[in-house]
Amino acid sequence: MSTTNDIWVYAELSGKEPKKIALELMSKARELAEAMGGSAAAVALGPGARTAAEKLAQHGASVVYVAEDERFGSVLATPHADALSGLIKEKSPRAVLFGATNSSKDIAARVSARLGLGVIADAISIQVNRNELHVVNPAFGGSLLVTSTFTDSNTAFIIARAKAFAAEERPKPLKIEELKPVYTEGPQARITGVVAQPEARVSLEEANVIVSGGRGLGAPENFKLVEELAAAFEAAVGASRAAVDAGWISYPHQVGQTGKTVKPKVYIACGISGAIQHKVGMQTSDIIIAINKDPDAPIFSFADLGVVGDLHEIVPLLAKEIRKRKGA
Amino acid sequence: MNVVVCVKQVPDTTAEKRLDANLRLDRASVDNIINPFDEYAIEEGLRLQEAHGGEVTLLCMGTESAQETLRKGLAMGADRGVLVTDPALAGSDAWATSYVLAQALKRMSYDVILCGMQTTDSGTAQVPGGVAEFLGLPQLTWANKVEISDGKATIQRQSDAGYDVVEAPLPVVISVIKGINEPRYPSLKGIMQARRKELQIWSLGDLGISQGMVGVLGAKTKVLGYSRPAPRAKGQLIQENSQAAATMIADFLAQAKVL
Ligand SMILES: Cc1cc2nc3c(=O)[nH]c(=O)nc-3n(C[C@H](O)[C@H](O)[C@H](O)COP(=O)(O)OP(=O)(O)OC[C@H]3O[C@@H](n4cnc5c(N)ncnc54)[C@H](O)[C@@H]3O)c2cc1C
Ligand SMILES: Nc1ncnc2c1ncn2[C@@H]1O[C@H](COP(=O)(O)O)[C@@H](O)[C@H]1O
Repeated sequence: MSTTNDIWVYAELSGKEPKKIALELMSKARELAEAMGGSAAAVALGPGARTAAEKLAQHGASVVYVAEDERFGSVLATPHADALSGLIKEKSPRAVLFGATNSSKDIAARVSARLGLGVIADAISIQVNRNELHVVNPAFGGSLLVTSTFTDSNTAFIIARAKAFAAEERPKPLKIEELKPVYTEGPQARITGVVAQPEARVSLEEANVIVSGGRGLGAPENFKLVEELAAAFEAAVGASRAAVDAGWISYPHQVGQTGKTVKPKVYIACGISGAIQHKVGMQTSDIIIAINKDPDAPIFSFADLGVVGDLHEIVPLLAKEIRKRKGA
Repeated sequence: MNVVVCVKQVPDTTAEKRLDANLRLDRASVDNIINPFDEYAIEEGLRLQEAHGGEVTLLCMGTESAQETLRKGLAMGADRGVLVTDPALAGSDAWATSYVLAQALKRMSYDVILCGMQTTDSGTAQVPGGVAEFLGLPQLTWANKVEISDGKATIQRQSDAGYDVVEAPLPVVISVIKGINEPRYPSLKGIMQARRKELQIWSLGDLGISQGMVGVLGAKTKVLGYSRPAPRAKGQLIQENSQAAATMIADFLAQAKVL
């Protein structure tokens, strides 16, 4: 399979909107396609895809392949893999970019196994070098930055981290192509219920500001302090594993090696010691502020602003100060 | 009901990592641990066995040293282990790993295949879906809760807004997240028994896989080089009364144009 120079984005949807990361990837795809002399396209699957196509075109998609079949919302991974692998076989793009979300990773896995395609995950940078795609990803908890490429001329799969690339409007005329996927028969994973848990709604990956609490909070009720400060910033609430394991807050809030990897503009760590397993999940934040009563806490060795003191006093005062300055 | 749990040996996060002359992890130079997410998968497998009977087998692709990882899982209570190891596997990528595990699984008896949600070294989260695809099975990924009844598996799958309930007929591949359970510690008795449990070693030849398909020869990606990111510098450290500290943080944020 010899490919074209087109770069695609598998654009995951949230209702009728592309997810934020799909627009970030779209901008990168447009830039890469320009560098390679191809064009950028998006694949959007599920109810709402046609509406979502407009935003994708605004961000540089020359074509948006859409299918609105209900099954994309009710069956996990396989119909998406069927649609995407059919289209890849027909059009042979140079690469498909996926966002590092659960669903996109699942679909990439099935298609790459089915078509024998190489995958580089966790990308934070993609460059064209003599017509090769060079991808950088942090390895081993970010202690190494590894540059890799693909060894064959098949379509390359790249799974990229949120916020690795900036979303930029570069409108193209809207051009939609309707897909008629051929679905494989076989056992399926069916979605039979969707349960919203307001307390679990944390888009840590998308937040500009994260306020995180650790064991230093001392008691479950003290998470209120962190939540109040987060509310003042309109920030997301994060936590160390110690706080999660103590049952003070639910697992989706956990930042770190066995939780989420985040990259906000500001990360405020309250009562977190800064163990390596926590650090690897937040060390690429633009600004790290730590409040800790122990002047020797490891987190002070990599915080931009370290504040030695009692969080029980400082956090509420800071929340008040922020509200005052925001005029609220 | 038979369960196979896929477990990987990974380098300890706290250990210093180096790539060797072939740009592969110098695995001899680091301490290894069982991939943390796979402990949750083993625990879930043991719980399924307690509820439904059958056997729990551990499957690992790795170097000879990965036997330690398997022994740890056996000490937790798994019945037997299979290690797929072969010099030609060195340098395998996600595709090859999924393919090899799937070929091994074809020689095993399973109703449920359990995986961790991802590994902490390569961390691609591509293996569970890849294995499912190679075996033609549905995948129930990112599970925070698993229930088996009437020949089907139902999971709670973590989502951005809460969770989705997803079900599929057996056999099925399930990957689990950290919140699902609290892995048991091996008991002294478990550790003693683990030494006598069956641990089979399979080579590529045993699986009928040609060397060119996997390892460096078959890899669809290759490492060109690496660098060490500059460590984050130590910033400003202040120790003031609490009100002054709060004001200074706000000033700092204002200066950084976040406020
Ligand atoms: C395989 C593995 C995976 C892991 N994955 C993760 C992960 O994903 N995320 C994660 O976070 N951890 C993870 N850990 C755990 C990690 O090693 C640490 O144990 C954990 O991060 C510690 O959490 P903490 O900082 O909240 O608690 P501690 O280390 O106990 O630190 C609490 C801090 O609060 C300070 N403090 C106490 N009282 C006050 C006060 N009144 N005011 C101000 N400061 C105060 C203390 O000085 C201390 O520094 C993992 C560990 C392992 C082995
Ligand atoms: N070499 C391996 N041997 C056995 N299981 C593996 C191996 N690599 C990955 N897995 C399984 O697949 C899961 C996801 O790994 P990964 O796709 O590499 O992030 C792990 O948690 C394991 O359950």
